[in-house]
Amino acid sequence: MATKPSNDMDVDGVVLDVEGLRMRYGTTDVLRDVTFRARHGEVVALLGPNGAGKTTTIEILEGFRMRSAGRVSVLGTDPAHADEEWRARVGVVLQSWRDHGKWRVRELLAHFGTYYVPYATDAVPRPWDAGQLLAAVGLSAHAGDKVRTLSGGQRRRLDVAIGLVGRPELLFLDEPTAGLDPRARYEFHDLVHRLAAEHRTTILLTTHDLAEAEKLADRIMILSGGRIVADGTAEELARRTAGADEVRWTCGGRRFRHETAQSTQFVRELFREHGEAVGELEVRRASLEDTYMALVREHEQGSGADEAAGAGEERQAVTAR
Amino acid sequence: MKPTNSTNSTNSAHLTGTALRAGWSRGVIELRQTFTNGADLVSHLLWPVLMLTTLYFMRDREFGASGLLLGTLALPSILGMNAAMGMMTMSQVLTAEREDGTLLRAKATPGGMRSYLTGKVITVAGGLVADLAILLVPGMLLIDGLAAGSAGSWLTLAWVLALGMLATLPIGAILGSLFPSARSQGLIQLPVLAMIAISGIFYPVTSLPDWLQTLAQATPIYWLGLGMRSAFLPDSAVQVEIADSWRHLETAAVLGIWAAVGLALAPVVLRRMARRESGSGVAERREKALRRVG
Repeated sequence: MATKPSNDMDVDGVVLDVEGLRMRYGTTDVLRDVTFRARHGEVVALLGPNGAGKTTTIEILEGFRMRSAGRVSVLGTDPAHADEEWRARVGVVLQSWRDHGKWRVRELLAHFGTYYVPYATDAVPRPWDAGQLLAAVGLSAHAGDKVRTLSGGQRRRLDVAIGLVGRPELLFLDEPTAGLDPRARYEFHDLVHRLAAEHRTTILLTTHDLAEAEKLADRIMILSGGRIVADGTAEELARRTAGADEVRWTCGGRRFRHETAQSTQFVRELFREHGEAVGELEVRRASLEDTYMALVREHEQGSGADEAAGAGEERQAVTAR
Repeated sequence: MKPTNSTNSTNSAHLTGTALRAGWSRGVIELRQTFTNGADLVSHLLWPVLMLTTLYFMRDREFGASGLLLGTLALPSILGMNAAMGMMTMSQVLTAEREDGTLLRAKATPGGMRSYLTGKVITVAGGLVADLAILLVPGMLLIDGLAAGSAGSWLTLAWVLALGMLATLPIGAILGSLFPSARSQGLIQLPVLAMIAISGIFYPVTSLPDWLQTLAQATPIYWLGLGMRSAFLPDSAVQVEIADSWRHLETAAVLGIWAAVGLALAPVVLRRMARRESGSGVAERREKALRRVG
């Protein structure tokens, strides 16, 4: 597989292929050994705590950052040596701040569209019509507004529109909903769903929001300590740590909370013992969050121990923490 | 994998054409923007108004015993200085737009960097020409003794301005790529102001000590000023210049050297700067800038 010619990408539908990716700044490894694949049409979330290396990973895939070692193939090409034709097939949603503030929304979108005209094919008409795209992201009412007058949520939707105007086969979203209010976030999630469903766009997004990853992604990869420590659907990941169900109830005016692997059996015994006195029963099954917390905790300690290997005292200090 | 050579070259010519067209429309749109909003209009008009006021009060003062009026001498010099200030504009715009992510957006777009730079040159050069007209037209009405009637003056204006921009804009782009933040741009202002002070803009350079005259002649600002004076002053005014000559050949040579050096270095420096742009870089600068405000 590894020696396969890179232009065979479409045959097995692998859009992203990363193996042994390493990124080192000075003497610290931000990414140690990141390995994963994504297939055509998949929505993949890269989940991890702040500083886990999510942004570094996505920037390497976007071709904005050079890696220290490892093999990376994006749409069959190494992004470190990619040309403008590759660039035209990739969409990057940037977090805008105040760029192009004097431009009008529709004008800006139409302008960025013109760059993609030479890359149109029979199968993929490029660019995406500015009017249709504005409608798709819900900005039609603001087409004539200046960009700097948009709200945070509207700006983010414009960012997405600019990322999409070339009808990319692959879309990168780095922390797409950071700073959005709940309603804007909801609308944004809806937009991502539609993109994946209607246009079969492959999407890689980073987030530190579990609920978001669960809601948007077909597959979640958890990045911790510079490695992918878990990879699967939300359900698969949640099932990994069976045994952390949480039971809450009241009895005789007091509140109780208990963690157990067998929540059903526990509740049965609870009723047998206290009967009618049990109230406000609540059972929370092991969730993605539990798996996530367990994995991140485990790998933070694990990587700490790796670094201190050979230095006994230091190692103890790390595990004690 | 790659298309054959011949399709490759027509293809790349086609792509270059698209990038340049996009750059052109980008430049025109941004140029229009600077003349259709209040803040930018003020900055277009403030400087010419200040300069014209100064010139108005200088208009009757004579320079030494030459019989030349200071106001007459100063107007073309100020035009030359304004042209040289395109360097500062270029540098400031590049730094600011690197900070706010405009450049990163260009980088994320096929052919975006080339279009971005094309657009910037058009915006800055177009703005410069407009600003010169804003100063020159009322200036010619207020100030006596200019020799602006002949086709020769306009021809001189055209080549000096064109060569001057070729000499200064790439240098501005280089400065804009080297400095990390909009704030550090203030540091560039100082040497440029010093260059203006000794460039013979406000007072003939021949009244400065010899070593300062030598220094002034190494800067493009001096030669832009001299070129403008040669376009707009009567021949008798040449007596206050070094060697009693307009020195067109030397003007072309010095500006040409600056242009050659700038055009050779700019692509290298710009490419290096662009390579390092990334989303996290922009986010970091945003954090820093917001912390300063807060």
